[in-house]
Amino acid sequence: MLKLIARRILVAIPTLIILSMIIFGLQRMLPGDPIQTMMAEESDPQVIAFLREKYRLDDPVPVQYLAWVGNVLQGDFGRSLRTGLPVAEMILQKLPITVQLATMAMIMAMLIGIPAGILAAVRKNTVLDYIANAVALSGMSIPNFWLGIILIMVLAVSWKLLPASGYVPITQDFWLSVRTMLMPAFVLSTAVAAYLMRHTRSAMLGVLSSDYIRTARAKGLLSKTVILKHALGNALMPIVTLSTLLFGDLLAGAVLTEQIFVIPGFGKLIVDAVFTRDYAVVQGVVLFTAIGFIAMNILADVLYIVVNPRLRHPQ
Amino acid sequence: MLKKLAMGATLCGLLGSTAVSAADLTVALQDDPDILDPHRGNTFVGRMVFGPMCDALFDIDTSLNIVPRLAAEWAWSEGDTVLTITLREDALFHDGTPVNAEAVEANLDRAMTLPESNRKAELASITSVEVVGEYQVAITLEAPDAAFLANLTDRAGMMVSPATFETTGEGGLVCAGPYKFVERIQNDRIVMEKFADHWDADNYHFDTVTYRPIPDTTVRLANLQSGDLDIIERPAPSDMATIENDPNVVFELVTGLGFYGVNFNMGNGDRSQSPINQDARLRDALNLTIDRNVLNEVLGMGTYLPAYQPFSTASWAYNPEFDGGERDVERARELMAEAGHETVSFEILYANNSAMQQLFELVQAMAAEAGFNITLRPTEFAAYVDEREAGNFEVSQFGASGRIDPDGNFHRYLACGSAGNVGHYCNDELTDLLNQARVVNDIEERKALYDQAQRIAAEDLPALYFYYTPRTWAYSANLEGFVPYADGVLRLAGLKPKQ
Repeated sequence: MLKLIARRILVAIPTLIILSMIIFGLQRMLPGDPIQTMMAEESDPQVIAFLREKYRLDDPVPVQYLAWVGNVLQGDFGRSLRTGLPVAEMILQKLPITVQLATMAMIMAMLIGIPAGILAAVRKNTVLDYIANAVALSGMSIPNFWLGIILIMVLAVSWKLLPASGYVPITQDFWLSVRTMLMPAFVLSTAVAAYLMRHTRSAMLGVLSSDYIRTARAKGLLSKTVILKHALGNALMPIVTLSTLLFGDLLAGAVLTEQIFVIPGFGKLIVDAVFTRDYAVVQGVVLFTAIGFIAMNILADVLYIVVNPRLRHPQ
Repeated sequence: MLKKLAMGATLCGLLGSTAVSAADLTVALQDDPDILDPHRGNTFVGRMVFGPMCDALFDIDTSLNIVPRLAAEWAWSEGDTVLTITLREDALFHDGTPVNAEAVEANLDRAMTLPESNRKAELASITSVEVVGEYQVAITLEAPDAAFLANLTDRAGMMVSPATFETTGEGGLVCAGPYKFVERIQNDRIVMEKFADHWDADNYHFDTVTYRPIPDTTVRLANLQSGDLDIIERPAPSDMATIENDPNVVFELVTGLGFYGVNFNMGNGDRSQSPINQDARLRDALNLTIDRNVLNEVLGMGTYLPAYQPFSTASWAYNPEFDGGERDVERARELMAEAGHETVSFEILYANNSAMQQLFELVQAMAAEAGFNITLRPTEFAAYVDEREAGNFEVSQFGASGRIDPDGNFHRYLACGSAGNVGHYCNDELTDLLNQARVVNDIEERKALYDQAQRIAAEDLPALYFYYTPRTWAYSANLEGFVPYADGVLRLAGLKPKQ
């Protein structure tokens, strides 16, 4: 197991190097200049020249890249051009927020999606199946933006049940933190829940029609045992992969939800940084996200082995 | 049973209502500010945040008169070239050190010499700063500078504790305002708490003040309505009806100092050769096709006061003589015919957001009636700034947040070689008048100079003005003592929860 993890980490290194080069290059290809953008109304040529030199923006791109890599290897991610705050600090401030949001969304999605998928498969072609499918389709197609605003209007403005927006650190006030995160996590979970439901349903359908399930039923086992123990165990495989990948998506892709609920997370950080051409921040966030994705993939591999004993003894 | 009880308790915990302490004030901003250093900052929202934290030497009142703040008295001498400021003796920085003459000297020096300082232009006329007494400082100017005091009401006149110069902006800010910096979480909040030793502490009624950046107007308003926020800036004009129908929320509007319009590429590269940029009659014709009242009614719901000049009605330099001009499509066609054109084509470059998109679609439609064939080029903000600087535009969005002194609305954008003059318009006579207006302190004389300059600008038409930026606010009906200022910066003195 450890060997497998070590191998996967080694393989990940070139991926990270190539990715960082692409990000670095792509950013520099964008039209627009970070200093000009930042200056807006005040544009003092002397200050512009000083800042260009300070942030080495006039050096050739490969030189800039090597300088950045050198700093990163020493643990220095640089400072934001716009706010002057250290990038590493910004990321560490936002990482727990997005992880909390993504985790809560994932838990909700699993609690909704997997049972709904099982139910839809077991009761295939019944009203229940159709309802589950219709709900899943709406989950995928209702825009987060709209759903978020509606929820705020109903739950926060009209009924005043939940805080409308913001973020409270979980260490500061656990309940308030969870309450504040409920609406955004739900909004974020809808699409994931829908995917999970669809995939669980088809995986379950495949498994339920296989021979060993028929055998299990023939043995006279309880229907509950057959479905939850025999069938679900095997059907879980693809769902585990999907979940870990979707979790990676949640970490990076919560931009709109963060925007609506004013959550100072990763998504908003990178979008703002791209718009203001805050190069150091974009690079730092992309690097962290990539590492997150790779970690998720490794986790998926490990979970495979946990849920599927056959993989523990490869031939 | 126990399980049910536990679930019930959980639900109660989750859904219990939020109790907000009366002594905390939460204000939503449209954007997250940039660096928290008054000498380096660039953004308007940054000025909002500096307001309660960093007292400046001077301030303005609601009629834009300059009033003392950290300064107790001031006097001009030597033909308006030496400004002697006597400071209040009871002002302290948040680290407990006094705001004395040495601190003022150190701050002005930092603002003028720090390589990244964006205040250099505002303080450019200073030749020396001299400590005269413990609380008295004499600032010598190269020549009289009419905008100088106005500049000292804003970031250039804000005092930072000299002991913290090195660390200012990198996370902390130690000033001398009624509130002191507590923490900043980028994109989330900037928190400040009351500074008990402030000389005017009795006038500030909140224990903590939190600024939260919330870019979306709908979300800002929803948060105000839910009670999570106390004040929001710049609610969308389209939300005005909602605000006015909600008894818990109050809407407030003052005409700001800024404007929106278009400017023409008069000499920045090849695209200045386009007919519209070459012939003032065509620009005049375009001007005649734009119905400012329609812009005001349709886009601003009545908040976009029609503009025809760089100075808003809030400014003393505003002259109604330059206003007006009804829409006249016939006259526009005649002017175009005189210039030898039946149709004129050009492109408008603007930053891609819904307000500008709506504005220029309307402009496009109105101008089309006279034969203007306008292509719209919305561009993402950073690229837009780049294109403007590079001269890759024929006609561009033109806007300014507005300054207290008229110089900042005019010279900055239309004098030869000015930093904000992206169209490279240059009329020596106009520039000369604007330069003269900089060195005269008498308001009547200055106004006469600005009038003359406006006459030239009205002939050359290097820019058109469409509407003045409204300064709008919405706040909780539980507050009293809210006073809006034309510069759009929130001032917290006297603001308190209703008893």
